[in-house]
Amino acid sequence: MRVGEHLNAALHAVFERTPDLYLLGEDVADPYGGAFKITRGLSTRFPGRVLTTPISENAITGVAAGLALSGDRAIVEIMFGDFAALAFDQVLNFASKSVSMYGTRVPMRMVVRCPVGGGRGYGPTHSQSLQKHFVGIPHLSLYELSPFHDCEAVLDEMLSLGEPCVLFEDKVLYTRPAGLAEPPFCLAVEGGVARVFLDGPPDCVIIAPGGLAHRAMAAMRSLLVEEEITCTLLVPSRLYPFDVAALDADLPVAHVFVVEESTGGGTWGAEVAHLLHRRHWDRLAGPVTLVHSAASIIPTAAHLEREVLVDESTIHRAIRETLRG
Amino acid sequence: MTELLDRLPAPSRLDDADLSLMLTIRAFELKLLDLYGRGLLHGTTHTCLGQEYVPVALRTLLDPGDHVFSNHRGHGHYLARFGDAEGLLAEIMGREGAVCGGVGGSQHIRRDRYLSTGVQGESLPVATGVALHLKRSEPGQVACVHVGDGTFGEGAVYEALNIAALWELPLLVVVENNGIAQSTPASRHLAGSIAGRAAAFGIDHRLIGTADVAEIRRVLAPLVARTRLGVPLVVEFATERLGPHSKGDDTRPADQIRRIHENGWYARYARRYPDHLDRLDAEARAYVDAVAADVTARPPSRWTPS
Ligand SMILES: Cc1ncc(C[n+]2csc(CCOP(=O)(O)OP(=O)(O)O)c2C)c(N)n1
Repeated sequence: MRVGEHLNAALHAVFERTPDLYLLGEDVADPYGGAFKITRGLSTRFPGRVLTTPISENAITGVAAGLALSGDRAIVEIMFGDFAALAFDQVLNFASKSVSMYGTRVPMRMVVRCPVGGGRGYGPTHSQSLQKHFVGIPHLSLYELSPFHDCEAVLDEMLSLGEPCVLFEDKVLYTRPAGLAEPPFCLAVEGGVARVFLDGPPDCVIIAPGGLAHRAMAAMRSLLVEEEITCTLLVPSRLYPFDVAALDADLPVAHVFVVEESTGGGTWGAEVAHLLHRRHWDRLAGPVTLVHSAASIIPTAAHLEREVLVDESTIHRAIRETLRG
Repeated sequence: MTELLDRLPAPSRLDDADLSLMLTIRAFELKLLDLYGRGLLHGTTHTCLGQEYVPVALRTLLDPGDHVFSNHRGHGHYLARFGDAEGLLAEIMGREGAVCGGVGGSQHIRRDRYLSTGVQGESLPVATGVALHLKRSEPGQVACVHVGDGTFGEGAVYEALNIAALWELPLLVVVENNGIAQSTPASRHLAGSIAGRAAAFGIDHRLIGTADVAEIRRVLAPLVARTRLGVPLVVEFATERLGPHSKGDDTRPADQIRRIHENGWYARYARRYPDHLDRLDAEARAYVDAVAADVTARPPSRWTPS
């Protein structure tokens, strides 16, 4: 099964057993089923709870917050994650703050789904990875779709947290196979962290969100074959707040890389590195290495886009240079 | 007396409960300005002086199952709904007994089906979401949201109006058009009119030019009843802000403020029913004085960030 189909099936399953759940988004109704077809079939099966909306990112996020305030649950699909900037006020100043700014805890059960990332030539306004812009907001949890985690369990977790969540979905994942680590690597998922590994202690650990998993695995394979460098890949389901203790079984390892597609500057990886430095500094060979896209807008033309975005070779190079000098 | 005043119809006599409430709101707001002047309040606050009759008139048109979304100028809205001057003042002063533990202060209050927040226009989409919930789960209830004229500069307002009209939601938008947004007169922030903007979405609009509570209720009762059935409504009150925007920041000329005073519901009622007003006003002020003395003496509110 492909990741997009897996997510679609998970939404169907969650809708089936959650009568107070709504989904709002532009063009989500059948037969269109959303720009990436993730909501396909939902509006037919759950009419009245799956609502196609005007092009109004701010309002639909606010409507979801109003539903959450009334005790319902709501998922918002932002057609392209970039447009979450238009909903930022509702996320930052209303939904997340409402959890605590009225003195007692107000549960806000809502998820904003954001298809993100480049690699498909959509250009500067349709290709960003916005994670870093949402990091560090009190009572806002950030998750990322991963090929290894069970989407239904992740949706359940987000919808029962009582705090708003953003789910980042790397668009390149939708057509990738779900649940497989390519041999010779093994896969284990535990406590929200997926682990892709070989037997024996690795030379380094890569921490990357789900959208980077295939690029990281490809780099792990070429590093193994060409350099005999062994890596363990850790894919957290929740990016923020980041549970650094959940990685203790695999750390400390002298060399740690945090890989993300974000363009450089004020990244999620910097936050993770900071947490790792605080916890494991004395056992690391050097600072945690950040691997990210160039500090640039994202161009449209394929050859230019490749120059900006993180890919297998960026990861390979960063690891080889750090370990081999 | 100005010519305009002479042409205004005499106000009808209010019942004690309505008049008391209006006077309590006024006394409360004056007390806040006084506490500010004496350095006893932290931060800022926006009083609804002059506009007290709006939530009081709406009070009997709304029922406890309806939601009220208030804004930065919300003390009157809160007092008209709950009458709880102690909890509100404690909230504003950060004292024990604060409705929201002193976390929200003047602008961010939530209690039962009442909520206010401080970003202009932000609550319209949220109220629309609540209206969607009500339509599905509690038909017959409305979500009522208060906004000022200046807030019609925000895109969120139009996104929400569009959705409310499309989805036929029980949304009641109460525009308190006091003709000014902070220091900017409507002539410099509003093209066209509120009515024209409602019309653009096919939403009913009603302009209320009077402060006569009985008259307002008579006009609005059937319209609010229709809103309960899923016909959104914009009610625009042509009103006047008597006090400063927040503390001492009034940019308007003194003679304009004097005219607003003379035209206001309080002065007009005082001219027509002096005994009624004096008696209840004295009571309201004494009550608010007592509340202020009590709340000021309380220990600070407690809250743990989490
Ligand atoms: C989005 C946003 N921009 C600016 C402000 C600052 N501000 C608070 S009240 C106000 C004026 C609001 O005017 P209006 O809507 O007419 O309401 P009024 O104050 O007259 O009741 C402004 C600019 C704000 N709170 N929110």
